[in-house]
Amino acid sequence: MTSVLDPTGRPTAPANDELSIASTARQRNRRRILRVNLARLVLLVFIIGGWQLFTAWKIVDPFFFGQPSGIAKALRDLFVHGTAYGSVWSQIGVTMKEAMLGFVYGVVGGIVFGIALGQSRFLAEVAGPFIKVANAIPRIVLGSIFVVAFGFGTTSKVLLAAVLVFFVVFFNAFQGVREVDRNLINNVRVLGGSRVDVNRHVILPSALTWIIASLHVAFGFSVIGAIVGEFLGAQKGLGLVISTAQNHFDPDTVFATMVIIAAITLAAEYVISLGEHRLLSWRPPSASESTAGI
Amino acid sequence: MAAAASKAAPDRSADAAHADAGGDRIVLEGVTKRFATPTGEMFTAIKDVSLRVAPGEFCAVVGPTGCGKSTTLTLVAGLEHPTAGSVYADGHQVQGVVKGTSFMFQADALLPWKSVEANVAMGPMFRGASKKEALGQARDWLRRVGLSGFESHHPHQLSGGMRKRAAMAAALINEPSILLMDEPFGALDVQTKAIMSNELLRLWEQSRPSVLFITHDLEEAIALADKVIVMTAGPGTVKDVYDIDLPRPRGAVQDVRFQPRFLELQHQIWESLKDEVQRAYAKQGNPIAPAAATTGGAA
Ligand SMILES: Nc1ncnc2c1ncn2[C@@H]1O[C@H](COP(=O)(O)OP(=O)(O)OP(=O)(O)O)[C@@H](O)[C@H]1O
Ligand SMILES: [Mg+2]
Repeated sequence: MTSVLDPTGRPTAPANDELSIASTARQRNRRRILRVNLARLVLLVFIIGGWQLFTAWKIVDPFFFGQPSGIAKALRDLFVHGTAYGSVWSQIGVTMKEAMLGFVYGVVGGIVFGIALGQSRFLAEVAGPFIKVANAIPRIVLGSIFVVAFGFGTTSKVLLAAVLVFFVVFFNAFQGVREVDRNLINNVRVLGGSRVDVNRHVILPSALTWIIASLHVAFGFSVIGAIVGEFLGAQKGLGLVISTAQNHFDPDTVFATMVIIAAITLAAEYVISLGEHRLLSWRPPSASESTAGI
Repeated sequence: MAAAASKAAPDRSADAAHADAGGDRIVLEGVTKRFATPTGEMFTAIKDVSLRVAPGEFCAVVGPTGCGKSTTLTLVAGLEHPTAGSVYADGHQVQGVVKGTSFMFQADALLPWKSVEANVAMGPMFRGASKKEALGQARDWLRRVGLSGFESHHPHQLSGGMRKRAAMAAALINEPSILLMDEPFGALDVQTKAIMSNELLRLWEQSRPSVLFITHDLEEAIALADKVIVMTAGPGTVKDVYDIDLPRPRGAVQDVRFQPRFLELQHQIWESLKDEVQRAYAKQGNPIAPAAATTGGAA
């Protein structure tokens, strides 16, 4: 088996020049990537095919668990015929707008509070118990309160998304400030830096590593906030599409909407990764980056 | 905040300060520093330390590990306040970070997210220079420490020795009248250390700041300094002060150490330092006393 995929598995002839060493390494790397992708494809076919077959043979009831072919059809229907309350694009638009607004408010709030509390022992001690209590509340429940208080419009969804995002970013920013190397702060102070300089040149960049790491999770949370908010009561949005489909016992449409959400989240994830690479380009390449994909 | 404090300070104590300083750049008088330990007790890091460094004088401090050498420097830099006693820099009581003092830290203190030139340019920028001006100065200083061509590298892309050069440029670019150095070359190999020491001497002779230089390495201390201060095991205090009467310019540090006078001084100072090192080891509950043949023991 291996000999088919990796004919150079045998010890390669002692490479006598750098060029051939480099090209062998490149070749080996290409082959490794190919093998990984091939295995992924096999796994995908196995899962989808298995699902399709099991539901076709009625070992698993497609009425409850949907069916890949049905999901594909539902997806096409969504895009061609739209929903009872407008095209699928406008649903995506509404949900995205709520998620993005919630994301921005949550991130800004999390960073500001995290950095302020991280630096001021007094503030941290005063606010500590309140934040712990707020964090202990299952935040999804807040969605119900927001919908009751702010109605079926976008405000309640934006708020729920913002709250979910806030805590993730806040704790990371707070920790990031706590982990700042005292030496670096002292160095900037001795060089003549003011408090503002210390914040701008040391604390913020140092905490940024932590904050950016939290953004991946935070974006997922903002989408969850928007969808759950819509689920609890809305006039538009992907969450409403899901809850309508659920009421009609239509698992295929639920799954189809899930596919749409997953695609959006992956796209956002990609954008965040690009931003991360730009902002954190000063970092030495870490070992984890070479095992990317997990 | 710090600047305001140091400006306000002289009003009250300027006259006394001038009298106390007696023309010396750095003066510590009966300085004690205590820290609160995590268990709530008070821990005395240094006790009743008095020392003086004249303008343009190169003063080395040796002492066993944990005796409070770094603590002493942070007090002179104004990063910490003494529990008792007073610290004067340039004739004024230190009550916050002092303009005119530069500090090379024991650990790497370059900002990892800034390029080398941006790191070096920070000093002038904080002191009000424009970005362009500061970068120009930074490039000039990087050239002086032999880092031309590495201006836009990030610290992690440099070797340990190169990082020390960059840190040296960052410390010297403010043209300090007081230069504090905490084991600046401690983590370097012997050859690199010798090269860096020579460069430090060369740069020091150009502007002649007062230097307080901490080291574990007695040879390095004698080769570089005008005066070597030996501190006792913790809580640290000044045990002995030795004047190093080797003529300047001394030339390469590698060669100085074979002069008979050098060996004589080394022997004397080691006799004084040895007991403290042994006391420090004993205090740490280390059953093995340091081999008699550690640094300078052979001399
Ligand atoms: N912020 C602090 N809080 C509590 N204890 C401290 C603090 N800073 C220093 N100490 C204690 O003071 C003592 C002296 O520390 P210092 O760093 O000055 O030693 P040192 O002479 O520089 O040692 P080394 O040569 O190993 O660098 C140590 O025992 C240390 O534990
Ligand atoms: Mg130290």
